[in-house]
Amino acid sequence: MTSSVITADHGIAAHDEHAHHDDGSKTLLGFWIYLMSDCLIFSALFATFAVMSHAYAGGPTGKDIFDLKYVLGETMLLLVSSFTFGMAMLNMHAGQRRKVMVWMAITFLFGAAFVGMEIHEFAHLIHEGVGPDRSAFLSAYFTLVGTHGLHVTCGLIWILVMLDMVRRNGLDDTIKRRLSCLSLFWHFLDVIWICVFTFVYLHGVL
Amino acid sequence: MSHAHEHAARGGHHGSLKTYLVGFALSIILTLLSFGCVMTGMVPHHLIVPGLMVFCVAQVLVQLGFFLHMGIAPEQRENLMVMVCALIFIAIVVIGSLWVLHNMNAYMMPGMSHG
Repeated sequence: MTSSVITADHGIAAHDEHAHHDDGSKTLLGFWIYLMSDCLIFSALFATFAVMSHAYAGGPTGKDIFDLKYVLGETMLLLVSSFTFGMAMLNMHAGQRRKVMVWMAITFLFGAAFVGMEIHEFAHLIHEGVGPDRSAFLSAYFTLVGTHGLHVTCGLIWILVMLDMVRRNGLDDTIKRRLSCLSLFWHFLDVIWICVFTFVYLHGVL
Repeated sequence: MSHAHEHAARGGHHGSLKTYLVGFALSIILTLLSFGCVMTGMVPHHLIVPGLMVFCVAQVLVQLGFFLHMGIAPEQRENLMVMVCALIFIAIVVIGSLWVLHNMNAYMMPGMSHG
């Protein structure tokens, strides 16, 4: 009983504090909580990969199938796309609608190139008979890297949707809030990719 | 001044061109160092794995700081707390899995591990 009173009290106090502007900071906090739960999914997949990383079942090892130059190319694409999205966000805060759209379109192109390279890599491996069914190591590899690729693909779709919204409605507070969430999502995927190239690719060829 | 105050009030640490450029440059350098560690073969073998870990952690911190604008400012405390909580869960999941399965492998009878 007491605790509910305290909660209600706190709620009122918090409301007073933010009465002037509903700035969507709670939305961003909520989205951040979602991202952290997504992080847990990835951590489970990383743990699985780590456990399976030597279960080759007589098949190829990481050294045989990973092409580091190719992965470096993918990494650079994602890094650049993260930076260009940052530019879009700067222009959003400056209220430059047109520039926001240009930078987001550039981000989309880099992101799409990344996904294209990853699909090409997967198709090549499967064509060589080194698909996810070959060994536990490869199952874990395809699941982990594929899950990241799916996230990036979702991010690309989200960018397209936001491009259309910015075109139609301009940069109002709702759009800004949504773009801020997308920005968190996009940079978060970059952070996950850093762990992927370190632990899967670089550590995998040692 | 009022502009800065407005930023703080909105919890909006959205950086400047400079922070994005610095973050981007640091990310590129750390990425090249990571790949260089493995690809050039100039690094002594026993130092490669620790090097990779250091560069990975450094780059994650760079990206959290410069791109995701995480910080220790009071209005970001909630975000930080959620992240620390997630990190604890992640540590339990990852270290726990590795520990349990390492033990299981270690106790396996010889010859069974190649099943």
